[in-house]
Amino acid sequence: MIKTAKLTPYLYLLPMILLLVFGFGYPLAAIFDFSLRRIRGASGPFIGLENYRQIFKDDVFRQAVSHNVVLLLAVPIMILISILIAMVLYEQVKGWRFYRSILFVPYILAVPVIGVVFSNILQLNGVLNETLRSLGLGALALDWIGNPRLTLWSVMAVIIWREVGFGIVLFLARLLSINEELIDAGKVDGANWWQRLWFVVVPQLRTVIEFYGVVSVITMLAWIFSYIYTISRGGPGNATVVMELYIYNFAFRNQLPGIASAVAVILFLVTLVLIIPVIRARSTSVVEEMI
Amino acid sequence: MNPTQTPIMDGKEHRETSGASHHPGRTLRRNLAKLSRHAFLILATLLVLLPLYFVIITSLKSMDNYSLDKFGFPKPIYTENFRIALRGGRYFDWFKNSIILTLGAVIVSAVVSSMGAFAFARMKFRFRDTLLSSVTALMIVPPVVMLIPLFLLLTRLNMTSTYWGAILVYAALITPFSVYLLTNFFLTIPFEIVESALLDGATSFDILLKILLPLAAPAIVTMVVVNMLWVWNDLLIALVLLPQDDTRTLMVGVTIFGSRYNRDVPIAMAGMLMASIPMILAYLVGQRYFIQGLVAGAVKG
Repeated sequence: MIKTAKLTPYLYLLPMILLLVFGFGYPLAAIFDFSLRRIRGASGPFIGLENYRQIFKDDVFRQAVSHNVVLLLAVPIMILISILIAMVLYEQVKGWRFYRSILFVPYILAVPVIGVVFSNILQLNGVLNETLRSLGLGALALDWIGNPRLTLWSVMAVIIWREVGFGIVLFLARLLSINEELIDAGKVDGANWWQRLWFVVVPQLRTVIEFYGVVSVITMLAWIFSYIYTISRGGPGNATVVMELYIYNFAFRNQLPGIASAVAVILFLVTLVLIIPVIRARSTSVVEEMI
Repeated sequence: MNPTQTPIMDGKEHRETSGASHHPGRTLRRNLAKLSRHAFLILATLLVLLPLYFVIITSLKSMDNYSLDKFGFPKPIYTENFRIALRGGRYFDWFKNSIILTLGAVIVSAVVSSMGAFAFARMKFRFRDTLLSSVTALMIVPPVVMLIPLFLLLTRLNMTSTYWGAILVYAALITPFSVYLLTNFFLTIPFEIVESALLDGATSFDILLKILLPLAAPAIVTMVVVNMLWVWNDLLIALVLLPQDDTRTLMVGVTIFGSRYNRDVPIAMAGMLMASIPMILAYLVGQRYFIQGLVAGAVKG
């Protein structure tokens, strides 16, 4: 530690604290206040829990929540795919770095660009369906984003397409840091590939799985606006409305920031609960090991 | 940042084969299993590459060519789409705005965070640990939660559709990650280096500027890459805080462009390709930093 005058550390911290109060402190306090008011313009009268009562009565809000919950199904799928690919890359493939580079590309691309591209690919007469038809699989050429029963699943597929790249890199980084004798020991014992994966590798990856799982859950609940906005805008009808879009629509389209704030508060509290295991995972210094 | 571990990997590739057993049946089964895993990998790679292939070939097709043949190579190669896209979208303005915002936010956050991280890593003060873990926890709070108060605040200050308003918001949102990354890196720099500088009469500011920051160069590159990617790719905040034409960002522009050319797929794809080129080039040059940075900054998602 550097010995300094008592005030010096605070001087170094001051700009950071000011910036964070502006970007997080004030908004997080204000959002609770707004959620209890009928906001017009910049403020409005206190109405207690009326906004919350409103949203829980609103069918669209319930649909939005259920869509976010359905999207959570993508989390185990993403974990599974990324572990399998990471494991294959780790074990036996020549040129694994090349594969890793390619598989990571979707994660570099901007979500709005990906959304626009896939909304074209998945059109009724888009390239996917034309290809299916030319392969004689015309029965599978469905209206991927026009049919309200399918749209959410199509969005989920696009999310998986992009976010898996991150999981692969994360799990591969962890595998490379495990003592390889441990994995080899399994080989000597005659364990087959799946046994080694399940009994040796997965336990070693546990903290990273937990970490990636929580981050992905939070992504599915609160960081998918760009996908929805560019692929379906919540439609057809309300088939793909999610909480973020609900907030956006109420705050900036319907001019009802009070209602939107109540949803934002709920979203904040949910992520807060989910942060706890992340902090615990971090204190076991998974991340530091990988840096 | 420690690019270790990779040599282990290189020695590993041939061992698998030499370890094959002598039982012919088992060897066959193993090879089959290996083949199927390889097939799985190739399938995944194809799934990643096919949409990219589609964007590239489609951007080089005329509309007629596209309607007749959506998957084949362009016949003939048609570059007019790019010209139409440049006329139909204000790509140069969008690029300029995105570059100003990204640079502005990344620089503001880097300055503020390196000072903060210095205090966290090298000074003693009350509530240090509590403050650090609170700052770290902010990494995962979704921006949509803060957006309404920020919008109303900037409206009151007449700062919507201004660069500075958005730069400060973005800078604030990326700062928890920057502080987290730099604090951890500063902690790995041996204290003896700092100590000897102190004996030479260096001030704390000298130590930060002349010793710690130069040594932290790899961490700073990682931080810059992750933050750049974050600000550059953001849609929601830009949509709300920069609604007017003259400060519109590339991502908002791309969204508008995509729906305008919803039916002219080749033009839309030319636009998407142009919008992606800067990041793809950056990835080709600094892939190492992208991967390290995103693993390190895992929480950012």
